[in-house]
Amino acid sequence: MAEIQIKNVAKRFGSYQALHDINLTIQDQEFMVLLGASGCGKTTLLRIIAGLETATEGEVWIGGRRVDHLPPKDRGIAMVFQNYAVFPHLTVFENIGFGLRMQKLPNDEVKRRVERTAGLMHIDQLLGRYSGELSGGQRQRVAVARALAMEPDVILMDEPLSNLDALLRMEMRAELKGVLAESNTTAIYVTHDQVEAMSMADRISVMHQGKIVQAASPIEVYRNPAAEFVAGFIGNPPMNFLPATPAGDGKWTVAGQILDGPSRTTPLHFAIRPEDLRPADTGLAATVKVVEPLGAHLLVTCSVDGALFRAVLDSDLTVRRGDTLTLAPQPDRVRWFDPETTLAVA
Amino acid sequence: MTPVTTDVAAPDTRRAGRYVYIAAVVLLCAWVLVPLYFLLINTLSSPETVNSFPKPFLPEFDLGSLGFFAGFAGILTALKNSILVAGLTMIMSILIGAPAGYALSRFDFRGKEAFRLLILLTRAFPLPLLALPLAVMFIQTGLDDTVFGLSLVHTTLAIPFAVLITFSLFSGIPLELEEAAWTLGCTRLTAFTKVVLPLILPGITASAIFAFVISWNEVFAAAVLTIENRTLTAFLLQNLDTSPLHLKFAGGFILVVPALIFIFAVRKYLFAMWGIANR
Ligand SMILES: Nc1ncnc2c1ncn2[C@@H]1O[C@H](COP(=O)(O)OP(=O)(O)O)[C@@H](O)[C@H]1O
Ligand SMILES: [Mg+2]
Repeated sequence: MAEIQIKNVAKRFGSYQALHDINLTIQDQEFMVLLGASGCGKTTLLRIIAGLETATEGEVWIGGRRVDHLPPKDRGIAMVFQNYAVFPHLTVFENIGFGLRMQKLPNDEVKRRVERTAGLMHIDQLLGRYSGELSGGQRQRVAVARALAMEPDVILMDEPLSNLDALLRMEMRAELKGVLAESNTTAIYVTHDQVEAMSMADRISVMHQGKIVQAASPIEVYRNPAAEFVAGFIGNPPMNFLPATPAGDGKWTVAGQILDGPSRTTPLHFAIRPEDLRPADTGLAATVKVVEPLGAHLLVTCSVDGALFRAVLDSDLTVRRGDTLTLAPQPDRVRWFDPETTLAVA
Repeated sequence: MTPVTTDVAAPDTRRAGRYVYIAAVVLLCAWVLVPLYFLLINTLSSPETVNSFPKPFLPEFDLGSLGFFAGFAGILTALKNSILVAGLTMIMSILIGAPAGYALSRFDFRGKEAFRLLILLTRAFPLPLLALPLAVMFIQTGLDDTVFGLSLVHTTLAIPFAVLITFSLFSGIPLELEEAAWTLGCTRLTAFTKVVLPLILPGITASAIFAFVISWNEVFAAAVLTIENRTLTAFLLQNLDTSPLHLKFAGGFILVVPALIFIFAVRKYLFAMWGIANR
């Protein structure tokens, strides 16, 4: 059992507040992804959980035990670093076995566990090599194997795939997900790559400027973003926004069109994902600016009522720059945000 | 200047520049190598040849001078003292300098930059100014004329280099490696001994050797602070006017050669030190 609880954690570096009042519970064996742009505090939060950084305020609990006063080695965690941190003076075998040797396990047990994890990560052929003789992808595998060999309650990963090329990243993503699902560990995975987050996570915590904006399943984060920031951050291309003025009785005026919406009297933002638009007889009038054929789809960048607006359309359509499209939003996919609070409105 | 004249002048200027460059290199090499060569010739010649005129330009490979040197009263004791003092200096400057270098590279503290500058500035303080008060203090504490006392002074001279070299070594080791060790069950101390130390051992050795050479070459403090227990440099200086020419040559040779070899062996680390210290 290794549930992680983060209670009211704040971190200040001098006068700079890197984390504001973070509250988060990660279930036993859950795969939690911390997602956010560079500089939003993901690494800081992970390092506080690992014990490599001390929180200015708040508590960290792992497996029902308060750990924020304990050194990293006593927290039952293992960590995979962004730059791998494979020890250059040790062979791959000794790297993977490093933590086991520190636990003073007998030689044959070390050997058994090193060989098993090396097998899982497909590096059994490399056990005699030094880190200088490995490629980036192989070093990454060693770093993960070294963490897994500890059989930790919690595994913490800080952008472990960010230094790999795109193809390798995709391959490792699936592999890592499979291996971790097998291992019964609770995982916290930091990334700025939303595709990685969507594809691996049980739950995503979207971070922005030192706060957690939303913590939910990938599909929930995608479909029902809790704030405008999430809507604009997740999805490639992200959600479209248009100002909406109330027309009474749950009706809203959006770019000259009347649409159904929540019953409110203050102006809102209308939001729709680019793939939830269809060309139709009635809808939003969009002037085409750029057409990008992407093979499977057509990415069309337009202007609606002077605002930037993107649509992902069927690639069979013939659309040219300067055309005017009439785009109908799929009604059940429309979302509304309060411009005052930037939060979603039901 | 018009483009045309530039084009015509360029190859000539460049060739002239090359000649000046080559001449400068040759001159600098000669500046260092010619005295060393004469030292070598005279050391490897018989005492008679050394004291005669004109001098030969090729060594005779006669070990007479070196033999005389080895047999000269007190010289072996002086050699032993030199080695002892240099050895102690080496150990003490690493034991004190390396932790300081580690602290400088890993911790942020107030006045860190000033501290680094101060370390370097100790080298700007002239030793002759310190010599008299030091001698008085050493006599009062009974440290005068001892191997340990002298090596204390030499350690003071060597520490700035030990700190700067080890600082640059530690800075070259990513903190992430240590942090990885901490998460894998190490304390700060075991992470240091199991990860950092093996990685910087060659550099530490180089820094130790450099401290050895500093002590080995030092003559002023050695001459002022010792009487009976002279090191080789101080001994040769003391006997400069009375000893025969071939003894001076042999002594000079014995002093220069180990220093040269050692410095050559650790030159890579010295460059690293200046690369950091010049920032
Ligand atoms: N040791 C530190 N000292 C001062 N500021 C820091 C330190 N570590 C991180 N920060 C600041 O805290 C913010 C969050 O950093 P970080 O957690 O590394 O972001 P992320 O991993 O999301 O890119 C950044 O603005 C960064 O500059
Ligand atoms: Mg980061």
